[in-house]
Amino acid sequence: MDRRLFLKISAIAGGGVALGFVTEEQALAQRGGAMAPPPDVHNYITVAADGTVTITAKNPEVGQGVRNMLPMMIADELDVDWKSVKTVQADYDDSKFVGQSAGGSTATPNNWTPMRQVGAAGRLMFVTAAAQTWNVPAAELSTGSGKVYHKASGKSISYGELAPAVAKLPTPDLAQVKLKDPKDYKIIGVTKPGTEVPKIVTGQPIFAIDVKVPGMLCAVFEKCGVFGGKVASANLDEIKKLPGVKHAFIIDRPDVTEPVIPRDPGLESGVVIVADHYYQAAAARKKLKVTWNEGARASHSSAKYAAKAQEMSKSAPQRTIRKDGDPEGTLKSAAKVVKAQYSYPFIAHAPLEPQNCTAHFQGDKIEIWTNSQTPGGGRRMVSDLLGIPEKNVITHMVRGGGGFGRRLTNDYMVEAAYISKQVNAPVKLIWTREDDMRHDYYRPGGWQNLEAGLDASGKLVAWQNHFISYGEGETFVGSGAMGPTEFPQRFVPNYALHASVQPLAIRTGALRAPSSNAFAFVIQSFIDELAHAAGKDPVAFRLEILESVPAVAAAPAPGAGGRGGGFAPPGMNADRMKGVVKLAAEKSGWGKTKLPKGTGMGIGFHFSHQGYFAEVAQVSVSADNKIKLEKVWVAADVGSHIINPGAADNICQGGIIDGISEMMGQEITIENGKVVQGNFDKHTMLRISEAPPVIEVHYLKSTFNPTGLGEPALPPILPAVANAIFAASGKRLRDLPLKNLGFSWA
Amino acid sequence: MAYTLKVNGQSKTVDVPADTPLLWVLREALDLQGTKFGCGAAQCGACTVHLNGVAIRSCVTPVVSANGKAVTTIEGLSPDGTHPCQIAWQDVDVPQCGYCQAGQIMSAAALLAKKPKPTDKDIDEALNGNLCRCGTYVRIRAAVHKAAELAAAGKPAGSPSGARLGGRE
Repeated sequence: MDRRLFLKISAIAGGGVALGFVTEEQALAQRGGAMAPPPDVHNYITVAADGTVTITAKNPEVGQGVRNMLPMMIADELDVDWKSVKTVQADYDDSKFVGQSAGGSTATPNNWTPMRQVGAAGRLMFVTAAAQTWNVPAAELSTGSGKVYHKASGKSISYGELAPAVAKLPTPDLAQVKLKDPKDYKIIGVTKPGTEVPKIVTGQPIFAIDVKVPGMLCAVFEKCGVFGGKVASANLDEIKKLPGVKHAFIIDRPDVTEPVIPRDPGLESGVVIVADHYYQAAAARKKLKVTWNEGARASHSSAKYAAKAQEMSKSAPQRTIRKDGDPEGTLKSAAKVVKAQYSYPFIAHAPLEPQNCTAHFQGDKIEIWTNSQTPGGGRRMVSDLLGIPEKNVITHMVRGGGGFGRRLTNDYMVEAAYISKQVNAPVKLIWTREDDMRHDYYRPGGWQNLEAGLDASGKLVAWQNHFISYGEGETFVGSGAMGPTEFPQRFVPNYALHASVQPLAIRTGALRAPSSNAFAFVIQSFIDELAHAAGKDPVAFRLEILESVPAVAAAPAPGAGGRGGGFAPPGMNADRMKGVVKLAAEKSGWGKTKLPKGTGMGIGFHFSHQGYFAEVAQVSVSADNKIKLEKVWVAADVGSHIINPGAADNICQGGIIDGISEMMGQEITIENGKVVQGNFDKHTMLRISEAPPVIEVHYLKSTFNPTGLGEPALPPILPAVANAIFAASGKRLRDLPLKNLGFSWA
Repeated sequence: MAYTLKVNGQSKTVDVPADTPLLWVLREALDLQGTKFGCGAAQCGACTVHLNGVAIRSCVTPVVSANGKAVTTIEGLSPDGTHPCQIAWQDVDVPQCGYCQAGQIMSAAALLAKKPKPTDKDIDEALNGNLCRCGTYVRIRAAVHKAAELAAAGKPAGSPSGARLGGRE
């Protein structure tokens, strides 16, 4: 059970985060590195003479709350008061830390045991030091609030006084350290407000974009709107004469010829302008005239993708990913067959802090300040590009204004590093919002052609999906895969997943709850259609499916598309999912609340990133398709403890808001190979007036180890809202975003 | 061109082109980086500051139009971080990433100056130009109400509710 899972970092892709989990050993083997040493308490904890406890948070903070959560686990086992704790952010340092990334909702499950062990080991070291100081057996000592007590003599000594002695002690074997009985937790499970909030509300410069280095210049980087496009010519002589401009030059990179664009292709072609200040570089950029060689990708468009998808939908699938039983035969003999096509668009991440990075190249080394979610991957890419050893890429981790998966890729880090080397000065690179929206790693769009059969009793007996995505041959684009264990596989005896792909001209990647953020909408909406076709209550129908797992189910093989703990082994535990479905129904008053005409409730559930979520939305729909989201109930099973409950509620509510933002207004389209949308006017985000007034979050505490919350709260809200709209209006919505179907917020 | 602004109560002269956005004058010329760049197009509100007491988007406000006027940024909202909004935002523990929150607070402070007891509708209207990518809207509403209560109760600077300000890092 202590087999730790780590987010798989793909060395081949050069820094992007690949799908799925691997063990720590596998991750290290992939990196070609030795097994990292076990955590050393001294890298995490220092206690000052006055008793101030400084605890290092090792993971990047992009708003998910690890800057609090990781130190909370340490502090509780260390047996200190939270008010005496000061948290600091670690730099990237693989000689001291493992798993310094933010992705896949992994911080909680990966660190639950090791961080508590670090704290407990630290406590043991203070006890050991006190035992030596007093020359008494350690077994006679107890701790509390940063002090060691000897009951027999009535003596006590503070951690601060013991700190010089503890500094000389080695970290004990963590596996032998006794952890607290959970009933004795004083910090875990108690809301602790964000430690950086005082700085946030007073405007202190704590974000990556605020980094300042003496002598720093500011850079902007104009790339071709068509991915891989190269500069034919640019008016650099004119640009160089503009106020403040210090450098202007072209970056010319080799063509990316692979049919599937790599997850993180690194440095691209374009024009760089470097000035004393950003406002000067930005002003000069407005005068920049570039002639591009756009290349063959300029012929791509969303309209052509859609036409090709419809053609593929009508044709035999290119391949079969999984087949159980006899889906075709069962569909022929089924009492009822339901068919539907669903679709969802490309969408952008758009974290509010635009991409930026500060780099200072100095001969054989470079110093980097980044808000990357995978600073280790970025460090490796910089090392490769500049031809300097990884250890000479000194990588500072700075708070990021949101991540959502965009900062899993390190293109902007590589750009800043390269530009700093070219101009031989410290440089801060800042992208505009348009740069960000038009050079993202988009959530891939797709189509799903579903067909399902019900027997005479209305039981689901066959499920078939022809999944239309992007890729080449058997390779899907990043985050564009569906794996062989996608729900409801193993919950229906006759199941087939077929796939067809077409080539794509833009980069794609992981967006918060990758794949799940689209698949849950499709699967849970279609299940709703089936419930209505079967004449059954949508909650009851779902519970019936969850109860259908054969008593002796062969463990499904892990598939290429297994994502962040998807349905692949250890796989979804049907009992835990039933638990949250029932809890969501109970809390929302499902089937018991008399709702006015035009108002309805919908439910959806989804398992991702090891988290079990069921959500109910109550929605009113006017005759002219104006939607009001009146209330949302979230039921979650993420294990035995909610480490920081206030922050957990906030993240869950944020996941709901994020999901309905995507659902209503977000769509990236391609014309002439270029992304059309450039800012929040066209790729909209939910505004406060559109946000539901109440989002209740309920946790079903189970006996399992705690898991993450950053992602799994999001996926079920899309089908919950779509199903509520159906309940309210009779309109079944199968294509996102809803604005294209004539819907808007009331 | 030289422009003189009264920034957070102090007279500041900057020598920049007339069309330089106020946002970058604040961030680069005056080293007030609490005001954030999010969209450059008055779409997200991360750059919200007060110009003569009115909440504006500094990313689309040329410095020339702020010449001779009073600019208040998040750094100058209160001398010691105890404006009711700053206290309420901590009490409610609003932020996730925190990047939009300076702008949210500046919009909320301008609202409270006009309407000391705002309704949810007032809050929605006044803060509708401020996007929160993390989706903290439920807490933002709660924090504005809380700030209104604190202001009505006349909580002085350094009140117990604001004690956290000087506390942990």
